[in-house]
Amino acid sequence: MDLTNADVADILALLDSLPYDSLDLETSRFRLTLRRAPGGGWTEESQVLAEPSTVTAAPDGTPATAGGAPDISGISGEAAAEAGAPDGLAAVAAPLPGTFYRAPRPGADPFVQVGDAVSADTVVAIVETMKLMNSVPAGTPGRVSRICLENGEFTPAGATLMLIEPDA
Amino acid sequence: MSGYRVLRRVLVANRGEIAVRVIRTCRRLGIETVLTVSDADAGSLPARLADQVIRIGPGPAPASYLSVDAVVSAAVAAGADAVHPGYGFLSENARLARACAAAGIVFIGPAPETLEAAGDKLAAREHAVAAGLPVLPGGPVRPEDGRPGRPADAGSPLGAAGPGGAGDLVALAERIGYPVLVKAAGGGGGRGLRVVRDAVGLAAAVAVASAEAEAAFGDPRVYLERYVERGRHVEVQLLGDGEHVIHLGDRDCSVQRRYQKLIEEAPAPGLDDGLRERLRTAAVALGEHLRYRGAGTVEFLVDADRDEFYFLEVNARIQVEHPVTEAVTGIDIVAEQLAIAENRPLRLKQADVTFQGHAIEVRVNSEDPASDFRPSPGTVTRAIFPVGAHHEISGDVAARSARHLPADREPEPGAGACGRTAAVRVDTHLQAGATVPPYYDSLLAKVIGHSTDRGHALAVLRGALDRCAVEGVATNLGLHRALLADPGFAAGAVDTGYLARWLARPPAAGAGAGARGAEHGPVRGDHG
Repeated sequence: MDLTNADVADILALLDSLPYDSLDLETSRFRLTLRRAPGGGWTEESQVLAEPSTVTAAPDGTPATAGGAPDISGISGEAAAEAGAPDGLAAVAAPLPGTFYRAPRPGADPFVQVGDAVSADTVVAIVETMKLMNSVPAGTPGRVSRICLENGEFTPAGATLMLIEPDA
Repeated sequence: MSGYRVLRRVLVANRGEIAVRVIRTCRRLGIETVLTVSDADAGSLPARLADQVIRIGPGPAPASYLSVDAVVSAAVAAGADAVHPGYGFLSENARLARACAAAGIVFIGPAPETLEAAGDKLAAREHAVAAGLPVLPGGPVRPEDGRPGRPADAGSPLGAAGPGGAGDLVALAERIGYPVLVKAAGGGGGRGLRVVRDAVGLAAAVAVASAEAEAAFGDPRVYLERYVERGRHVEVQLLGDGEHVIHLGDRDCSVQRRYQKLIEEAPAPGLDDGLRERLRTAAVALGEHLRYRGAGTVEFLVDADRDEFYFLEVNARIQVEHPVTEAVTGIDIVAEQLAIAENRPLRLKQADVTFQGHAIEVRVNSEDPASDFRPSPGTVTRAIFPVGAHHEISGDVAARSARHLPADREPEPGAGACGRTAAVRVDTHLQAGATVPPYYDSLLAKVIGHSTDRGHALAVLRGALDRCAVEGVATNLGLHRALLADPGFAAGAVDTGYLARWLARPPAAGAGAGARGAEHGPVRGDHG
């Protein structure tokens, strides 16, 4: 059992009548900190520690991995390890972590192909993050030299999406 | 014979705060929960709270939360009696409802036919007309009008329900009167909408909206409606058992950014009593016409100055903003959904539903108003939320112990999920270490303040927001604090353009975030 809202309310009712300003409670399954807020009232900081009971294989037959934290590398919104671009080329980096799309919508023509001329503000891709479509401009005038990801692939923030050969 | 089917194990086919919300009520009622998760949510709070967790696929929703086959297979494998779809994802998907039925599993929601009627905005409009509800002047666009060069389709989906009927696009728009709104028949969530102010841009807007709608919903049909610049968004919560329909009052959701609701409240402030009653009566009439079963919402556009209202759409599911209704009625809407899914007649009569006080909810999203509302996925390092009532309010022990709910399945008039006097409620899936994946929407938490009247509810909520802190991802908490301090919002009865105007105000007019380009940020949509 985790702590229910009613449990917290009970604890708070008890605490309210006592001269304490905070309470820390930790068991193997949860952690709870209640504090009197400076402006009045209480705050709650809680954490359910119990591991998920992931019991069944996924329906497609792939074995389920044990419960626990998922791999979140790359989604933190921080730049990925040095994107880098080969000499003389400019990298178009993902502004956010998300799904890379080459076209404005499924079935539409790609924004650009290798060899296309672009200006700095030519939109060359979309990165979808949290249901928002973020347009990615080329950033550098030149020609598209390489497209580094497949359409629909996930990209961490800062990763190189495309390489541009700058105008001389 | 009663024909009840007692639910012992419910599969929760959702994630985030609504998964936590549904699990909590199931637990209170002694119902086992099985949660489907994507790989990105395997360690989430709802996964830690559910009795069982089944991984159904990778992070991107089309391969997991939007997969009917994966959800139904999981429900069968888990031996679930029922599937609760939450909101979003597959919640209004008739194919899921049918697949559940075929597998002998209860879909916690309306009948598939109702989902289809509500999901097709043109069909919903027709039903509204048939039920006697006022609709905005409008009508369907014939495919050849939106798609130059394509052969005409036989027959219009709306027939003569709108004054436009079918016919020449420009003539239709002129009959309606500019500005007009181009809407997608298969749409929702604000997608596929275009405002057109004169005949010049009309054909192009229709073509773009139709192409967008086809991409997003697989349905290119669009229609025109009059665009009301200063309308209010007011909706009515319904409960139905397929035979009887009651309402749980109204909500105002006019504080929106790009058609996304940000602040909701119950009841809608400053409505004339007569208008309020007409809205509620109209919603129930539509619910009865649809023989509605489950929890649902009828959305209206209200022109309060003219004392008029128009049907917008039906949301055939529980809504994000349901807690404000729970606060003022004391009714646990999820518990009622479960009871209806057990094939019980409504446990409440209209006269049993009483309203107490005022409740306001803010949606805390992982987006940064200072950077054009840029989404902010990542890892939460701390999540601090208010608990209990604000100190200035008589949030006594009795109020909080109203949160104790009886363990049986009878309705609890007078006691609800968050008490009936001054109280703060937080619905969230955040805790230290929680992941905010980039694949899903940005809702992190809902903070609800409830008190005896709107002024006190505002005070409760302001105090509550002062006690919120989320670290590790950007949030819009600062925006909410500023909005709750804005005299315009405090005065009540704002229209749906309020937030855009507030964000566009000169920086000197108020502190901080959001004054930048309301028009140039990223576009919300589904890519596929």
